[in-house]
Amino acid sequence: MSLRTPLGRVRGLGSAKEGTAHWWAQRLTAVALVPLVLWFAVSLIVLTGADHATVAAWLRDPVAAVLMLLLILAGFHHAQLGVQVVIEDYVHSEGLKLTLVTAVRFAAVALGIGAAFSVLKIAIGG
Amino acid sequence: MAELRLPANSKIRKGTDHPPPEDAKRPRTFKVYRWDPDSGETPRIDSYTVDLDDCGPMVLDAVIKIKNEVDSTLTFRRSCREGVCGSCAMNIDGTNTLACTRFISDIKGDVKVYPLPHMKVVKDLVPDLTDAYAQYASIEPWLKTETPAPPDAERLQSPEEREKLDGLWECILCFCCTTSCPSYWWNGDRYLGPAALLQAYRWIADSRDEHTGERLDALEDPFRLYRCHTIMNCTKTCPKDLNPARAIGEIKQRMVARR
Repeated sequence: MSLRTPLGRVRGLGSAKEGTAHWWAQRLTAVALVPLVLWFAVSLIVLTGADHATVAAWLRDPVAAVLMLLLILAGFHHAQLGVQVVIEDYVHSEGLKLTLVTAVRFAAVALGIGAAFSVLKIAIGG
Repeated sequence: MAELRLPANSKIRKGTDHPPPEDAKRPRTFKVYRWDPDSGETPRIDSYTVDLDDCGPMVLDAVIKIKNEVDSTLTFRRSCREGVCGSCAMNIDGTNTLACTRFISDIKGDVKVYPLPHMKVVKDLVPDLTDAYAQYASIEPWLKTETPAPPDAERLQSPEEREKLDGLWECILCFCCTTSCPSYWWNGDRYLGPAALLQAYRWIADSRDEHTGERLDALEDPFRLYRCHTIMNCTKTCPKDLNPARAIGEIKQRMVARR
């Protein structure tokens, strides 16, 4: 039982003085993803049925490689921001929330860097 | 975690049927949520059939008639009966609104009357608004200035500046919007909700206020403000036709503008 006043409870630990950067980054990455996803979808359609060598050659083109890196960066950043919001919405145990948000962030960075490395390996390493 | 199933003590059972008067020409059934904390029983839905020819046009008229003539134990809040006090906010026909401004004739079939959703119930149609009021108090809804007021005049505001408060000052704090918001349902302990945020913006938009920055500081929080996901239930349900979602959007714009 708590005898704390309702106002005391609502004011709690005060405002975090953050959230705007997160919100704004989610909007910016969303805007960036519109052309990038369109380009990626069109490219996939064009490459339908192509063999490995053709796709690798396509990805060695600097324009395609850079767009691909941008797609990976914006996509994983956007996904991480979005999933974090979903977790904060629905998971109310502080411990589990922190664990999940951390796991999602680590996964996004790991998968993003992994994907970027794959592109670079083909584009310049290949 | 968000609760997807009702807790056992919230399961609703069928209550008493109150038949219409024998000479009723236009009978209409009202299905009303009832819960008495002293009874130890789970909530129930009581049916009251009222003769509309012997009743005022609004849902509140019928609810008052039921209390006066059929069942005096029915408990609800009401005061002005003209949509300016916000007391009789309840969930009618699935939508949060004011019982006093909702026409019975606009509703098809049985009229379902429930308390505002996802709040603790004090009794019957009376929700516990303690936290919602505290959230309103937390945004400090009064003019805050450093400059002393002119000794012999009001603080001036141009007609254009005053116009910016239109669509905000009309809010009567009935909390129809706040209790319609899923984000408030899941995180009402930390998210301020659309009513408190519209009121916060009412002071942020006031040209006479000198604490705009501090107000934004107090709101800049992943939960207090940014739990709003633009679901728009608030704007859809507002019985005064206001737009809390727009007010929240304006606050977010200012957060970006000052970066």
